[in-house]
Amino acid sequence: MDTDQLIRTLAADNAYRARPIGLALMLALLAAAPVSLLIFFAELGVRPDVMTAMHNPFFDLKFAVTLALAASAIAVSLHLSRPEASLRSFGWWLLIPAGILVAAISGEMMMPQRTPMMTRLIGKNSMACMTAIPAMSLPLLVGALYGLRQGAPARPAVAGAVAGLLCAGLAATVYASHCTDDSPLFVATWYTLATAIVASVGALMGKRALRY
Amino acid sequence: MREREDEWTDLMRSAISGDDAAYHRLLKAITPVLRAAARRGLARAGQPVDQSEDIVQDILLAVHLKRQTWDANAPFAPWLFAIARNKLIDALRRRGKRIFVNIDDFAETLPGETPEPTASPSEVTAQLQALPARQRDVLQSIAVDSASIKDTAAKFSMTEGAVRVALHRGLASLTTKLRDR
Repeated sequence: MDTDQLIRTLAADNAYRARPIGLALMLALLAAAPVSLLIFFAELGVRPDVMTAMHNPFFDLKFAVTLALAASAIAVSLHLSRPEASLRSFGWWLLIPAGILVAAISGEMMMPQRTPMMTRLIGKNSMACMTAIPAMSLPLLVGALYGLRQGAPARPAVAGAVAGLLCAGLAATVYASHCTDDSPLFVATWYTLATAIVASVGALMGKRALRY
Repeated sequence: MREREDEWTDLMRSAISGDDAAYHRLLKAITPVLRAAARRGLARAGQPVDQSEDIVQDILLAVHLKRQTWDANAPFAPWLFAIARNKLIDALRRRGKRIFVNIDDFAETLPGETPEPTASPSEVTAQLQALPARQRDVLQSIAVDSASIKDTAAKFSMTEGAVRVALHRGLASLTTKLRDR
């Protein structure tokens, strides 16, 4: 097939319309979400004192951090799915959850505490956090990468890592309702480690899956 | 240069709103620019420039299948050159060369700088043979025999919709085969 013939063939396929990437990503995440929720309800479940916990601002702040991570990573993921895009213009969005976390830590520091700092940081659920967030992220990550294959990222590994952040943010949002450790120090340590694991897996998977 | 790129943007907008002829013209217009840049990239990597046509075809397929990532409010050329650069780097890497490809290679290229290539069996042609029979027949009918979708549908007693599906799937799996070869 010479180039003129190829061009004629491509022009004949002009009527084809691919699904917009935002929609493809959303549908793929919705398809994967039941699997993650199943893991959550089968293995963990919501903490029993959730009604009282909701009045604790540090419990609520966990959701602010994880949802900010998920939302900013969605925006950056969609941006990075374009071939000419780079992290330079939009990457700072990913600092928003980190900013909320830093503000929460300073807030907690200023309040009188009954337990010492290291006890709050180490908490009781560090191992659960480190396994549950990656485990619940994995189905979402497979879905997200599938949806993002519609895109054409310049650097597939970077795009995959951001997809990992997105899924870790969503998984951590659900996990936060189980975890009884509400200190921002705990969140900054263990949630961050779990998120880093998922982002690394995302980078490795994205490197292959998101090539175009 | 500016004018040329504005024209491309207009053509692409028309193409997306359903103008097949505009799309054909756009692909024709960008091809010499892509060809010249591919030859330059190969020459700089010390590779024979006669492989440039495979790279051009790779780029055209990617442009086609990733059109939805172009923002119709943005200029077309930077998007095109980003895809072209990615595909050129990919092609050179596959040949075991790591070189820096400058985006200006594309932006500064004038069409008509290089001669039309002499016909040689391309990698696309080779991969075409590996497609499922239905997709291969439809692609061949449209590409080689320059039949319309309608004629192709009549020839294989398919509906026009089925021809369109086979055509698009054929192009998509062709691209996958080229990428993973």
